[in-house]
Amino acid sequence: MKRFEREGQHRVDVTLNGERAGAHCEPRMLLSDFLRQQLGATGVHVGCEHGVCGACTVRIDGVAQRSCLTLAVAADGRTIDTVEGLAPAGQELSDLQQAFRRHHALQCGFCTPGILMSAAEFLERVPHPDEAQVRDLLSGHLCRCTGYTNIVRAILDVARARGAERA
Amino acid sequence: MKPAAFDYIRADSADEAVALLAEYGDDARVLAGGQSLMAVLNMRLAQPKALIDIHRASDLNRIEDDGALRVRAAATQAALMRYAGLEHKAPLLAQALPHLGHFQTRNRGTVCGSVAHADPSAELPLCLATLDGEVVLRSKRGRRSLKARMFFTGMLQTAREPDELIEEVRFPRLSTGERQGFVEVSMRHGDFAIVALAAVVSREAVRLGVGGVADRPTVAHWPRLEGAALDDALNQLAWELGAQDDHHASAVYRRHLVRTLGRQLISRLLREQDA
Repeated sequence: MKRFEREGQHRVDVTLNGERAGAHCEPRMLLSDFLRQQLGATGVHVGCEHGVCGACTVRIDGVAQRSCLTLAVAADGRTIDTVEGLAPAGQELSDLQQAFRRHHALQCGFCTPGILMSAAEFLERVPHPDEAQVRDLLSGHLCRCTGYTNIVRAILDVARARGAERA
Repeated sequence: MKPAAFDYIRADSADEAVALLAEYGDDARVLAGGQSLMAVLNMRLAQPKALIDIHRASDLNRIEDDGALRVRAAATQAALMRYAGLEHKAPLLAQALPHLGHFQTRNRGTVCGSVAHADPSAELPLCLATLDGEVVLRSKRGRRSLKARMFFTGMLQTAREPDELIEEVRFPRLSTGERQGFVEVSMRHGDFAIVALAAVVSREAVRLGVGGVADRPTVAHWPRLEGAALDDALNQLAWELGAQDDHHASAVYRRHLVRTLGRQLISRLLREQDA
C-alpha cells in the first residue's frame, strides 16, 4: 500500500521514450498534463479531457491508452511512449509519419500524435489489416480536417510496405 | 476540466482495498481502469476525498472459469476480449465487447468498473443482466453475491454499500442448445448505445435484454415466440420501458429500434437454432 496526500508533491518516475524521466506532482495531476508540463512532451495533445477525442493517446507499457484518463501517480514506474519517440532524435521520420505526410493524412495536426500512437500499437498487433479494421481503430479518434480517408490510406500503405519488406 | 484534490492510495491486494474502504467508506471511490471514473472526476461530477487505486492488485487481475466466467475487479475489457474460447463460452460477450468504447479505452477499462458505473446504455451491465449473472461484493463484514437484477437499481445507481468492493462479476457460460446474440445502434462505433439488445434463445424460451432505454438494463422473459406473437411482445416491451426523448434520439425512435432490431435479432437466433 502506498498513500499520496492530496496537497503533497509526489515523485513520479517513468521511462519516457526509452529514457529515464521523473518529476514531482500532486495526486490529481493527469498523466497528459504531467507529460506536457513536467516532462516537456508537448506532442501529447489535450483535447476533450474525458477520453472521447483521442488526441492525448500515448502508449503505457506498449499499450495505447488515454493519458487524460490516467493519473500521473498511477503511471509511476511505467514505460511511456509518446509521439516524440517515434522518430529517433535528429533522424528521419518513421515510416508511419512519412506515410502520413505522403498521403496528406493531416491538416491542422492536432489529432495526429494520438492517431500515430494508436496506429503504431495497432500495426504491431495487426500487421495485415483491412480497411474496416483501420476504420475501427480510428473510431477512437476525432479528426475534424481530413474526413479520415487519407489517414486510412496512410496506415494501409505502411502495412503493405512493411509486409513487402518482410516477404 | 481537472479533478479536485484527493488523497490517492494504491492498494496492492483485495485485502488492502477492503480495509481502505472500511476506513473511508463514502468518502472514497475505487479507481480501477478509470475510463468512466476519471472522466467523472475531470468534469467534477464527483469530488471524493480519496481514490483507492486497485489496478496493481495482482490478486484482482484475473479471469477464471469454474463453470461461470469470473472476471475479477482489475481485469480489463481487453483481457476478457482476448480470453481463450470466449466466443464459445459466452458468445454474447464476444459479440458485445467490440462495441464497448474503443480499443484504446478497452486496454485500460475494466469489466467490473463498467458494471460499477451502471450506465443504462453500457454494454456490459446489459450482458450481465441478460445472462442472469452475479456481482460479488466484499467488505470487512463479509462477502455477498447479488444477481444483476438486484444489483442495478437505477441510472448510475447500484446496490453496492459504501464499504463494499466489487470483487468480481460472474457471467454464466453458454448452455447446450442455447444461442446468444447482440446488436446495437449508436451515433458512431464505440459510443454509448442509443439502443442495445442482447438475446438468449433456448429450446423453450427467449430472453431479451434492452439497454439504453430504461434507467437500467431490463430483461424480458418469454416462451419461444415467432411471427405476430413476437411482434406483439416486442411492441408491449417497447412501451413498458418508458423511453424518453433526449438529444441523442427520440422516444419514438427508441421504441422503433426495440421492435425492429428485436425482431431481427430473435428471428436470426431462432433460425440459427433450427438450422
